Amino acid sequence: MIKPLTGNYAAAWGARLARVGVVSAYPITPQTTIVEKLAEFIERGEMDARIIRVESEHSALSAAWGAALGGVRAFTATASHGLLYMHEMLWWAAGSRIPLVMAVVTRTIGPPWNIWTDHSDIMGQRDTGWLIMMSEHNQEVLDSIIQMFKISEDPKVFLPGIVGLDGFILSHTTEPVDIPDQDVVDRFLPERRQPYILKPGDPLIMGNIPSDLRDNVKMRWDIHRSQERAKGVIRDVDREWAKLTGRSYGGLVERYRCDNAKYHIIGMGAWVGDMKEAVDILRDMGYGIGLVKVRYVRPFPGEEIAETLASSKGVIVFDRSVSPGSAGPLYLDVLSHAYIHGVRVPIQNVLAGIAGIDVGYDDIIGGVTMFINALEEGRWPLPSKIQWYFGGGEWWP
Amino acid sequence: MSTERYLPLARPVVGVSGKTGTWRIERPVINYSKCIKCGLCWLYCPDNVIEIVEGSAEYVKIDYDYCKGCGICSNVCPTKAISMVPEG
Amino acid sequence: MVLAAYNIGLWAQAFPFFGAERRGAPVTAFARIGKVRIRTRSMIRNPDVVVILDPQLLKSTDVLKGLKNGGKIVINSPSATGTGLGNYIIYYVDATKIALDLNLVLAGWPLVNTAILGALAKAINIPIGAVEDAVTAYLGGRGGDVNALAARKAYNEVRVIEH
Repeated sequence: MIKPLTGNYAAAWGARLARVGVVSAYPITPQTTIVEKLAEFIERGEMDARIIRVESEHSALSAAWGAALGGVRAFTATASHGLLYMHEMLWWAAGSRIPLVMAVVTRTIGPPWNIWTDHSDIMGQRDTGWLIMMSEHNQEVLDSIIQMFKISEDPKVFLPGIVGLDGFILSHTTEPVDIPDQDVVDRFLPERRQPYILKPGDPLIMGNIPSDLRDNVKMRWDIHRSQERAKGVIRDVDREWAKLTGRSYGGLVERYRCDNAKYHIIGMGAWVGDMKEAVDILRDMGYGIGLVKVRYVRPFPGEEIAETLASSKGVIVFDRSVSPGSAGPLYLDVLSHAYIHGVRVPIQNVLAGIAGIDVGYDDIIGGVTMFINALEEGRWPLPSKIQWYFGGGEWWP
Repeated sequence: MSTERYLPLARPVVGVSGKTGTWRIERPVINYSKCIKCGLCWLYCPDNVIEIVEGSAEYVKIDYDYCKGCGICSNVCPTKAISMVPEG
Repeated sequence: MVLAAYNIGLWAQAFPFFGAERRGAPVTAFARIGKVRIRTRSMIRNPDVVVILDPQLLKSTDVLKGLKNGGKIVINSPSATGTGLGNYIIYYVDATKIALDLNLVLAGWPLVNTAILGALAKAINIPIGAVEDAVTAYLGGRGGDVNALAARKAYNEVRVIEH
């Protein structure tokens, strides 16, 4: 059934179709309409679930996690400062190895107060142990929520997962979305699996002080190993979903017009659509360029990226957030994993779209041609390997 | 690679930190002739080492293997039936 | 309009550029309609059509900024507002009167949004039947019917001035 849905309603439909039993959330722009829609589904009796109302995001994740610890499929959603307030509980949820799914509607961090998208909030969660992905369009939001439950509940993984969508650019944009039939999702999603259940009458302590610190290290090692194993699960789940619905997103990355590409753009999130437009136009202009869309930030697709970049003459990584004093976080991961796999290629970082600055395909074409021309004329770097873009053609080193 | 899973889980058991009774400086001693069987000491004991023995003249029983001697029971007792005696 | 366009075999996308504004504040929203899936998501800088829900905006905002030469203006106005502003085709309709006549009022504000959809449909050649079906399906119930009627009335009453 195809309906016009905002990204937020697509997320709510994903949670409904996954037969989530407990929803807990605290309102924050631009997330609020996800849980509003879920509350409406539940109120109308279209969804068999309970809503737990809480006084903060810290409690929202705690309550959803508590429900998941008790053996039920649970869901929450947040954004920006709400995600920061949850940060501590993200570590507890991942460390407990309890499957759980959260939608993060990306929004910049203050000050100053600002409701528009960038990736500062979601990129700040990279070290928590959660699986983290970003969507390009509303269909991918809906499909990814359902897929994330399957990945999160796979015994090879047993980690919670975030489905990210850009605030407003997806969350409040209406476009046609195919809502899969419930029986398709039921065939795809098995009964809930989790490593243990906390229940009355069977006392179990989660997270007590370890008597041997080496056990603590092994727990952390096991999270890292499970992230690595999740790569195979993500690829399998993508293939299985494609068989049922005809929709494949490539697993951890999507390569767009990378065949015979001399240069590569790397990006993630909703502006990848504009990057695809830019690649088509640049190809028509005679630039041999391809795009790597990063779907998963964690686990990071280092192997796929290094393999694609092995034959590249130049790479430009677009980051929608920055780690001040270092560089864009996506750039840093690309750089590190290229190096780990022995790939040596000029890699330029563009910090754009920060604080919600509007970026279209013409802006992307401007940055990419500037970089490629500098490379070909021997002027790279120009003047910095990390360039800021302010919109309207204004660049600062 | 190991197939074992490393989870932050434990089962509650008695005496996981050893015999904490050896930490005690003062020992709570009950004068049962003053005890009115209100159960406040049982309720307040932070280490859960006071047990109620229904039908017994000695209504409450302290497990000295694990009592750390904090004195809260002595403090809350409304009839001053529990006194803190230095360990010899 | 996204639903109406999709139902006649087109792809469409609509998004707001506002967040915390309160009712009555000037706001901007965008829509794209195309033959294939639309991938770009930036704000529209050079529109083919500008829809103006309140003619007062002409006094306070440069609402025609970036409008393509020969582009279309769809304006809620009882008269031919906007003539002489440039080489544009102007569609005008009194959407406020249509809304008031149908009692489409919320908290004192006439709801002109669905009426203006009818005028826009005329300007961009979307069949009014598709718009009516979309409004009915989207809003449902009696509200859907009244709003669909508002769109139909505007479609019938809209007048065009070509330069």
